[in-house]
Parts: sequence; structure tokens; C-alpha cells
Amino acid sequence: MANLLEVQQATKQFGAFTALQDVSIQVPKGSIFGLLGPNGAGKTTLIRIINQITLPDKGSVYLDGKPLRPEHIKDIGYLPEERGLYKSMKVGEQALYLAQLKGLSKKEAKDRLMYWFDKFEITHWWNKKIQELSKGMAQKVQFIVTVLHKPKLLIFDEPFSGFDPINATVIKDEILQLREEGATIIFSTHRMESVEELCDHIALINKSKKILEGKVSDIKREFKSNTFEVGLLTDNNNGLYKTLNDKYSVTHADFKTIDDQLKLKITLDQNTSSNQLLTYLSEKAEIMRFNEVIPSINEIFIKTITENE
Amino acid sequence: MSNLKLIIKREFIARVRNKTFMVMTFLSPLIFVGMISLITWLATLNNEEVRQVAFFDETGLFLSDFRDSENIDYINYTDLTLENAKDSVVIKKMYGLLYIPKKQSNRELAKSVQFYAEEAPNISILNSIEEIIANKLTNQNFEEKGLDLNIIEDSRAKVSIQIENFSGEKTSKMANYVKMFFGGAAGYFLMMFIIIYGNMVMRSVIEEKSNRIIEIIISSVKPLQLMMGKILGTSFAGILQFIIWVTLGGVLLLVATSVFGIDPQSAGVEQSIALDGNQEEIQLLLQDILKLPLGTLVFSFLIYFIGGYFLYSSIYAAIGAAVDSETDSQQFMLPIILPLMLGIYVGFFSVIENPHGTVSTVFSMIPLTSPIVMLMRIPFGVPWWEVLISILLLIGSIIFMVWLAGKIYRVGILMYGKKPSYKELFKWLRY
Repeated sequence: MANLLEVQQATKQFGAFTALQDVSIQVPKGSIFGLLGPNGAGKTTLIRIINQITLPDKGSVYLDGKPLRPEHIKDIGYLPEERGLYKSMKVGEQALYLAQLKGLSKKEAKDRLMYWFDKFEITHWWNKKIQELSKGMAQKVQFIVTVLHKPKLLIFDEPFSGFDPINATVIKDEILQLREEGATIIFSTHRMESVEELCDHIALINKSKKILEGKVSDIKREFKSNTFEVGLLTDNNNGLYKTLNDKYSVTHADFKTIDDQLKLKITLDQNTSSNQLLTYLSEKAEIMRFNEVIPSINEIFIKTITENE
Repeated sequence: MSNLKLIIKREFIARVRNKTFMVMTFLSPLIFVGMISLITWLATLNNEEVRQVAFFDETGLFLSDFRDSENIDYINYTDLTLENAKDSVVIKKMYGLLYIPKKQSNRELAKSVQFYAEEAPNISILNSIEEIIANKLTNQNFEEKGLDLNIIEDSRAKVSIQIENFSGEKTSKMANYVKMFFGGAAGYFLMMFIIIYGNMVMRSVIEEKSNRIIEIIISSVKPLQLMMGKILGTSFAGILQFIIWVTLGGVLLLVATSVFGIDPQSAGVEQSIALDGNQEEIQLLLQDILKLPLGTLVFSFLIYFIGGYFLYSSIYAAIGAAVDSETDSQQFMLPIILPLMLGIYVGFFSVIENPHGTVSTVFSMIPLTSPIVMLMRIPFGVPWWEVLISILLLIGSIIFMVWLAGKIYRVGILMYGKKPSYKELFKWLRY
């Protein structure tokens, strides 16, 4: 799969402070790419470089194989984390203005806006001023303006903040729909559950450097430790625990059951397969639960960052 | 439509639709004309009041000299006793009683004239009474010394110096005042425009910052484009406002003049000029106005006006970008207000004293003060090369300042929560 966006060795300094150091990322066409990192890691700087708001000191950016140029502005839709609208301007006028700045003709912009306003059932907001709308309502208008010019690349910085669960789901579905229609999406957030749900690729940035990048499934494979979570029904929980503890590396696990099970996490070495463990266990007890422990992105995030400190 | 045009249009509409802007635009001329009408009306009111002054002349010398004037009616109470006269004045609520006692000599008489009144009398009334008495006494003194009054009147010389330049053109004595008036008005107008509309540019930048819309916009347009669009859009709104002010003010003044029959000139300075000078003097004054380098004046006014406005409003835009709220902007106002004030003061003190002196010349070259000072100098005639150097310097510094402001603007609009110092701004230039 070709990459829609490639950032190569981007470095940016603000005075003595290094915001980005030799950061490279590859965003495959049609993917939802999670850009993760703690506060102040350099995510926003990287996003601003992609949007040509800031110029990198070193490094280059390619969109669809071509070096980034001012004309590419209309190929990118950006919903910044710090976002707002003119308070005293009417919703419709404002949306038209922002759409025209992205290169749409007035008529085209109006037609598409009507489509989106219909879809979100907000047509009656057209002549209202932003200050009359709630925060969530204004966010919807901002979302529409971001995607209106049908950009190839969409960048969402914390898109769900300010939305109630219902509206967050509406927006999430729209994002997935846009991907279906061929858009590539970069997604920056602190909410790991939405990363887990949406992203197929991620990059992790910490202290101005990229420390992890790849397909989510590959990364998880890399991070899994051959550990299995088991629930066993026996007559003698303590006895079995001791036997297993001698043979494998074992810790206590915690999950909910209705009966008194021996709950363990068993980590296997390279030479033991899960089938061998399963066979061994089936001789000792009744197996109620047996599953591989797959690290969540949250765990990977925390582990990588703490190891990096 | 290009993005710059879109931004200019939006800024223009946003300014013009603003309620304060509308109120100011339509109310200011009303207030202005209302004030003028009120002042002239009050002035005429005062003048129309005729005061009754009674006089008690023991000498009998002045009976024929107190003739009723425009605002004083004289009433002869010499037939009564002094006490009765006083009572009568009080009862009839007259303005006052003038008492001229009989004395041995005129010298003594001059010192002992008295005026009885409820309140301290008006200076101009006292002056006119004093003048009448003094004239009479002087003439009497002349006659006592055997001098013929007609001869004295004949021998009185009146001097009025005619001013002419070396090529033989006559000039009015008021010429310098005319030049000062035109230059001063232009300079003052420019300063007001810069302060009012520069502030508007700044507020509009702060608004975008505090609304958090700025990042959405600059992902579509270049910051410099946005800044220029703001400056231009606001200045168009300003020009529209001034056109409305002038037209509306003119029409209202015309209406006020014809409806209330008020002649605004009667209260103004023009009256004193018109009274002082004779017909020829007024003729020369008009000639002087027409003789001003009007073409150069209009042309340079446009250049310095646009240049000065651009120079200052880009500073205003940079300040707006650097701060989070209008209150924080105060600390950066000095670099704007100081040169503006300096320009005005140099203009009003130095240029009028010596339009081609070192101070005036230097300040008409320094870009931050040149728009105001040069505008004030031009009516006095400035060599074309001086104007050219000053304009080139101005254009150069506009380019530099727009570039500088653009850099601060670019960084500043994305900075939140910090109250920057000058040192910090300097650091931003290198980002």
C-alpha cells in the first residue's frame, strides 16, 4: 500500500527548545493513523508542519509522493485542538467563508453545506450566531467545515472533546464513512479507547522524538509476552499454585467469575507452546478460561514512555 | 475570489456590521453638528440681551455721549438724587448705576467714577463705558491745552505693512496661519485615523486569538495574507466611516444653518479675521489658499496617509498577536503613542516656528514621525528631493515593519497563556 503522507527527518527548534528531532512517519493511503504522545511531546508541531503553518528547520514532507507545496492546502482538512469560530458571525456565512478560503466556489460551498446541515439536522442554525450555540453545536459546525472540501488527508486533533457520547458516536461514524470514501485520516488524541477502536496504524512521539511506529497488529505482536490468562477449577487452589509456580513464571490475575477459581497469568518461555501448557493444565484441573494476554495500546503507551524516561 | 479579497471582504463586513461602529458613524456627525449649533445659539443668546444702565452725571459733561448701543441702553437719572437713583435701579432690576461725581480736575474725575451693581459687571460693558469717558476727558484735555481736535485727528497715522515676495506677488498676513491650519489639520487627522483604526486592527487580531479560530484560518491562508487582509479591510471600513462623517456632517450643518438661521462662522475664528482685515486682506487670503501647492498637498497627503497607516497598523497587528487580551496590550502601546505624540508636538511647536529648521527636517525624515511632520511642513513648501527621500525611507521602513510584524504575528497568534516581554518578542523573530 502506497503512503499518502511521508514526513522525513523533520526537525524544528524554537530558540533553545527542540520541539521535534528527526521525526519521520509514513501514513498509508486509506489508513486511520493514530498520532500519540504525552502532552508537549511535539505532536502539534508535527501537525502544524504538515499543515504548512510552521516550516521545519530540516526535513521534508511529501503528500502523494510530491513535496508539500502551498497548493496542497486544499487537499488537507485540519480540525485543530484549539478551535473556535467567530462569535458574532452567523453560522452559514461563517461556514461559507471558511469553505471559500479552502478554494471552493460560493455555489459549490453552499450546496455541500446544505447537504451536511441536512445530514446533521441543523439547517435551522444557518442564521444563528455562534454565540447562541452550545459548545457541542459549534464543534459540529467545525467538523463540517473541516471535511467540506473533500480533502485527501484529514487531520483531527482531539476530535471528540466537547461532544456528548451520542454526538461522539455520530462523529466517529462519519470519520469511518470518510475513510470508506477514500480519505486518509490522522488522528491525535489522549483517549486510548478511541485509538484502540479506530486506528490501524500508530506512531508514538515522546520528548520530540518518535519512539514507535507501525501497524497496530504488528506492534501488539511485538509487545505481547507469551502470557496467558487462565481460570482453573480445582479442589486445592494453593497446592496447584505452588506446582505451577515451580514450573512456570506465574502471577495472580484478576477477573470476575461466579465460582472460586484459581486466577493466574502464566508467562511461557520461547520453548513452550500454548498447546503444551493447555495439555499440562487439563491434567491438573478443569479449565474455565484460557486466553492470550494481548497488550492494550494504553499499556504499550505507558510501557514505552516509562522505559524511555 | 482570491483569499486576500475574501479576508478583506469579511473584515470589512465584520467592522461595518458592528453595532458600536454603526452608532459611532451616524451619531458622531449629529453630536458634532449639535455642539456647533448649540454653541452658536448660546453665543447669539448672550449677545441679544440688552442691558439697562442708568447714569447719574453730576458734571453734566457726558449727557450726550452715552448713546444706546447694541447691547446697552443708557437711562439718564441725573434729575433724581443719588439715593433715589440707586433705589430706582434696584427696583427696576436694571444692570447697574454709573455715578460720575463733580470734581475739581479731570485727573481727579478719572479716578472717582463709580459703578453700582448687584453683581460684578461684565468686563466688555465696563470697557465700553470707560472708553466713552476716557475719550471725552482726553478731548477736553486737548481743548484745554489749546489743541484743535480736527488737526489731531488728521495727523493720526495708520500703518499697514504690505507683504510681497521678491517676484512681486502679494501675500496676506494670514498666510502662515493658513499653511499652519492645512498642515496641522492633515497631521492631526492622520494621527486620529491611526489611533482609531489601528486599535480596531489590534482588537480584531485579539478576537481571532481568543475565539481560537486562528488555527483553522491559517491552515487555509498564510498569516501574512491574513494580517494584510485585516489591515486593508479595516482601513476600508475607516474610509467609509470618514466619508459618511464628512457627508452627513456637511448636510446636517447645512440643514442646521438654514433651519435655525444660525451662521456657524459668527462664533468661529473667521469672524475675528474677517473683522480685522479689510476687503483686500480677505482677497489675498483666498488667493493664498489657492496658491498653496494643492496638487502636491493632496498627493503627498495620500502617500503619507496610506504609508503612515500601514506602518502603524502592522505594529498594532503584531501587538494584537503577541497578547491574549486587550488589557495586556497596554505595555506595548508606548512605541506607538510616543512617536505619534512626538510628531504632533514637533509639528505644532517646531514646524510652525521654523518649518525648514533642523528639528523639523530631521523629524520629517524619520519614518515613524515623518507622515505627520512632513504633512505639516509641505504647505510651507518643501524641496521635492526632501519629500522623495522621506517617502523612500517611509516605504523602506513599511516593508521592514510589515516583515517584522509578520514574523511576530506568525508566532504570536499560536501562543496562548503567556504574557510576553519585549525580550520574548525579539526571540520570536528567530523562530
